[in-house]
Amino acid sequence: MSHTTTLPDTDTAPLIRPKTSRDDKIKAVFMAVIGLYLVITLALPLYAMLSKSFSTYSFDLSNFEFQVYKIDSWSEPVTALSLNQKLNVVTPAELSTSSDGRLGVTAFFPDFSFRSITRYKIRQINLDSSFLVGSERIADTEWHEFSSNDFRRVVLRPSSSTGLDNYKIYFSTPSLFKSIENSLFIAFVVMIITVSMAFGFAYALNRSTMRFKGVFRLIAMAPILVPSLLPGIALVYLFGNQGMIKGLLMGQSIYGPIGIIIGSIFFTFPHALIIISTALSISDGRLYEAAISLRASRWKTFWTVTIPAARYGLFSAAFVVFNLVITDFGLPKVIGGQYNMLAVDIYKQVIGQQNFEMGAVVSVVLLLPAMFAFSIDRYVQKKQVAQLSAQSVPYEPKPHKRFDLICLFYSLLVAVFIMGLIGVCQYAALIKFWPYDLSLGLSNYNFEVMDGGGWGSYFNSIKLAFFTAIAGTLMVFIGAYMVEKTNGLTTARSAFQFLAMMPMAVPGMVLGLAYIFFFNNPANPLNSIYATMGILVICTVTHFYTVSHLTAVTALKQMDREFESVASSLKQPFYKLLFKVTFPVCLPATLDISIYLFVNAMTTVSAVIFLYSPDTTLASIAVLNMDDAGDVAPAAAMGMMIFYTNVAARLIHIFITRKLMIKTQAWRVR
Amino acid sequence: MNEPSPSHSQDATVFLQIDNLTKKFGTFTALDKVSLDVYQGELICFLGPSGCGKTTFLRAIAGLDIQTSGTVIQAGEDISALPPSERDFGIVFQSYALFPNLTVEKNISFGLENEKTSRSDINHRVQELLEMVGLSDQGKKFPTQLSGGQQQRIALARALATSPGLLLLDEPLSALDAKVRGYLRHEMKALQRSLGVTTVMVTHDQEEALTMADRIVVMNDGVIEQVGTPTEIYREPGTLFVADFIGAMNQINGRTTGSNQVVVGETTFTTQKHDLEANIPVVVAIRPEDIVPVEEGESSPEDNILDMTVEDMEFLGSFWRVSMSNPLLGKALLNADMSVNAIQRLHIDIRTTITVELPVDRLCVFLAENE
Ligand SMILES: Nc1ncnc2c1ncn2[C@@H]1O[C@H](COP(=O)(O)OP(=O)(O)O)[C@@H](O)[C@H]1O
Ligand SMILES: [Mg+2]
Repeated sequence: MSHTTTLPDTDTAPLIRPKTSRDDKIKAVFMAVIGLYLVITLALPLYAMLSKSFSTYSFDLSNFEFQVYKIDSWSEPVTALSLNQKLNVVTPAELSTSSDGRLGVTAFFPDFSFRSITRYKIRQINLDSSFLVGSERIADTEWHEFSSNDFRRVVLRPSSSTGLDNYKIYFSTPSLFKSIENSLFIAFVVMIITVSMAFGFAYALNRSTMRFKGVFRLIAMAPILVPSLLPGIALVYLFGNQGMIKGLLMGQSIYGPIGIIIGSIFFTFPHALIIISTALSISDGRLYEAAISLRASRWKTFWTVTIPAARYGLFSAAFVVFNLVITDFGLPKVIGGQYNMLAVDIYKQVIGQQNFEMGAVVSVVLLLPAMFAFSIDRYVQKKQVAQLSAQSVPYEPKPHKRFDLICLFYSLLVAVFIMGLIGVCQYAALIKFWPYDLSLGLSNYNFEVMDGGGWGSYFNSIKLAFFTAIAGTLMVFIGAYMVEKTNGLTTARSAFQFLAMMPMAVPGMVLGLAYIFFFNNPANPLNSIYATMGILVICTVTHFYTVSHLTAVTALKQMDREFESVASSLKQPFYKLLFKVTFPVCLPATLDISIYLFVNAMTTVSAVIFLYSPDTTLASIAVLNMDDAGDVAPAAAMGMMIFYTNVAARLIHIFITRKLMIKTQAWRVR
Repeated sequence: MNEPSPSHSQDATVFLQIDNLTKKFGTFTALDKVSLDVYQGELICFLGPSGCGKTTFLRAIAGLDIQTSGTVIQAGEDISALPPSERDFGIVFQSYALFPNLTVEKNISFGLENEKTSRSDINHRVQELLEMVGLSDQGKKFPTQLSGGQQQRIALARALATSPGLLLLDEPLSALDAKVRGYLRHEMKALQRSLGVTTVMVTHDQEEALTMADRIVVMNDGVIEQVGTPTEIYREPGTLFVADFIGAMNQINGRTTGSNQVVVGETTFTTQKHDLEANIPVVVAIRPEDIVPVEEGESSPEDNILDMTVEDMEFLGSFWRVSMSNPLLGKALLNADMSVNAIQRLHIDIRTTITVELPVDRLCVFLAENE
C-alpha cells in the first residue's frame, strides 16, 4: 500500500549547501561590523590591560658596557653590573622600575665631573634595552663616544619582561591587598542591607493596598538619576566635620566604611528594587489562594510561598548590588577617607603614582569578583525565566488595615532617606557658605570660577549623553536585530551574544584604564581618537552595552519569529520589514534604551575619569574634581544640575512614550 | 515512484518532486529520507501526530530550514539549496504572523510593492483579494481589531497576493474555535479549487485532512507512512499506525494460519488476503461501523459470525457505540457503531446477546509491532 520508496540505507547522500540569500549576507556583514566594534572597544583593550599587568621593567646592568679614555688609551670594556658590584650605588630595589624608568650612568664613575676632559664610550651588548642621550633614543649595539659634558645626559632605559612580579609586589604590600578585604566587606554588608530594605519596599508595593504607591515608586527610582558620589556629598554635609547632625554618629567618622555603606545603600537601592519587585509581581496568585484555603498564617505563607517564589529575584538583586558596590569609584573617592577600596586604588596608582602596571594588577584583581558576581547573576536570571509559567495568575492584594499602615510607615521612612539625601544636596548647593553664611543664593552655580571646567563641563556632558543615546541605541538595536533574526550562523551569533554580555562584567575603572593602554598606544592606528569626545562616547556606549542589548533582545523576542519568513516569501528585503514593522513595533523599547544610555552617560564617572581631556571635561567629573579641591558646595550644585537634567529627560521620555502609546493603541494588543 | 494519479479532475503533471529528503537537528533526525510527488493544482495534506516532522517538512519545501540532504524540484527547477526569497511560494503560519502595526490593506500590499507596480494597480489588486476572502469592508482595520477567522483569511490573502505557484499552510485553522474552523474549511477548499493553486497544508486534525485534502500524506516519526486519497487512507490503511491514527479501529491480537486466516483466541477469522506465512503474530483490525448485526431470518453468511454479549453502550448522537465481548476472544472488547434504528429494532441493551458479522473484506491484517 505504501507509495513511498525508501532507498537502501546509504550515508552517501550529498549534503545540501544552502545558498546564502542577499539578506543573510547583509545581516552577516552588519553583525560582523558591530561584533568587530565590540572586539576593538572591549576585548582588545582588556587584553592590552591584562598583558600590561604581567609586564615588568628592570634595568639590566649586565647589558651595558663602558670604556673610559684615560691618558692616551681606552680602558678595557667593563659592564655596569661589575661596576655596581664594586660600588653598590644602585640597590636591587631601585633596579626594578616602571615602563617610564630612567637611570643615570654617572653614578658608576665616582670621579666623574662634567668639566673634566675624560671621554666615555657606552654600548649595549644585545638589543633588549636602550639608552637615551637627552631625548634621543639609542637602541643599537654600536659603541657611542661622549664628552664628559654629554655623558651626564646619558640615561639607561629598562628592559621589559613578562612575569608575575607585579602580582608578587601587590600581594606583598599590605596597604594594597588590604583593599580586597575592605571592598569585599563593604560590598557584602551593603548587599545584605540593600536587599533586605528593597525587599520590604517591594513587598509593600506589591502586597499591600497602601496609598501613594506611585509616588513611592518614583522616589525610589531617583538615585538612578544622580552620580553615585552625590550621596557622599550629602553625607559630608550631614555628618562631616562641620556636619548638621554630626552628633548622631557618636564620635564615629563618616569618612570611611560608614559613609561608603550609607551612600552605597542609597545608590544601589533602585537597582535591587526593580529586580525584586519584578520577582514579586510575577509570583503566582493561585499559591496564595491555596495557602489561605489551608488556613496558613500570614507568617507561614510568607516563608513557604513568598520567599521561595522570590528567591531568584533576591539572589539576582544581591549579586547586582554586590557588583555595583565593589566596582563603584565615585562614592569611596568622596567619602572613603583613608579607607582603601579596589576601584579607588586603581585611580590612585594610575593618576597619583603614574604606576600603570600596578593599576593593571588592581584592575585584574577587581575584575575577578565582578565577573564572578556577574556570572552567578546570569545563571540565576535564566532560572527565574524558566520558573515563570504561562498560566500564572497575578496576585491581588486585599485591604488589611494594620498591615497597610505598617507598609505605609516603612515606605515613608525609605522615601525620607532617599529624598533627604537629595534634599540636603540641594540645600548645600543653595547655601552661600556653610556653616558661616546660611543665606540662600545661586552663587555656587557660578562654575566658571571653579576648577572642573565650568559650565563647559555641563554642556560636554549633555553632548556626550545625546551622542551616546543616539549612537548607542542605533548600534544596540541593529546588533540585537541581526543576532535575533538571522538564520543559521549559529557560531557567529553565540560569539556575538557573548561579546554583548561582556561589558556588564567589566567594571568602569577597568574599562577606562584598558582604554588608556589600548588607545593611547602610538602604534595603534586608532590613537587619534584618544582625548576626544569620540572616545568618551565609545567608552560609554560599550560600558552600558549589555543592559541595552538585553532590553532590545527582549523586545525583539516578542515579535513573531515568522515575520522574516513572510517577508522573504513575498520577496521583500529584510530592511523594508525592519523599517515598516520591526522598528515601529519596538519603538517603546528603543526609547527605553536611549533614556537609559542618556541618564547613565550623564552620571557615569568611573570609565571616563581616565579618558577626558581639558576640552572634554564632564559634569560628573567636575563634581568629583571640585569636591577634591574642597569646593564641596559647587560640587553639590553641579550634581544637582545632573539631577535636574535627568529628571527632565525622564519626563520627556514618559511624555513621548505616552503619546506614542495613545497613537498606536489602535493596533497594540491589551 | 508509482503514484496513482489523483482520482479527481486534475491533470497529473508533477509540480513538486521531493526526493530522499533528510533533515537532521544535530544528531536528531527529524525527517528520514522522505520522497513525495505533488501534482499540479492539488491540495495535499501532511497529517500526523504533533512532533512527527510535518512543519519541518513544510519548512524544507519553503527553504526556511533547508534540508540536510535530498532534493526538491519545483516546476522543473531544482530549488534544493535556494533561500526562500528565490523560491516561488506563499505561506500562512499557525500564528498568521500579520504585521500588527499595518492595516489589513497594508498587510496585503506588503508583497506587492515594488518599482514596477503602480499604486493604483496595487490598490486594485488589494481590493480584489479582500473581495476574494470576503472582507472588502475591513481593509482599514488593524489585525488585532479582527476576529481569529478574519485574521486567518487576511493572512491567506497576503500569501496569495503575488499569485505564487505554491501555497504552503502550516496548521492554518488550529488556532480557531470549532465552528469557525468548520466553516473556513469549506471556504478555503473552494478558494483553492477555484484558483487551482497547488497547496500543501500541514495539520494534526484528521477531520480537517479528510474533508479538505485531495490526497493525504500520513507521517509518523519523520517518515511517510502512507500517501493516498482520503477514502484510500480511511478504507485501506497501509500500516497499523495509519489504521490507529485515523478514525476508530478495533484491534485484536492473533496469529496467521492461512493466506486469509487468522486465529484469534479460540476462534478463526477469515480476513482480507494478507500474504503472510503461517503462525506469525498479527493484529486484526476492523472499524466499528463495519461490524454488522445479523438480523433474525436473514440468510446468514458463512464467515466471521459471532454471538456477542453487550457490555456497555454509549450514545454518540447519531449512533450508539456498543461494546461487546465473547469468551472465545478472551478479554478483548469489540466496539460496533449501530444506528438508533437498529438498536430499537433488535432490542439491543446491556447484557443482551447479539449476533454480528465481521465482513471478510473489512478485516485488515497488520504485522504486530514487535516489542
Ligand atoms: N530547530 C529545531 N531544533 C531541534 N529540533 C527541532 C527543531 N525544529 C523541530 N525540531 C524537532 O523535530 C521534530 C519535528 O518537529 P516539527 O516538524 O515541528 O513537528 P510537527 O510540525 O509535526 O509537530 C520534533 O521532535 C522537534 O522537537
Ligand atoms: Mg508543526
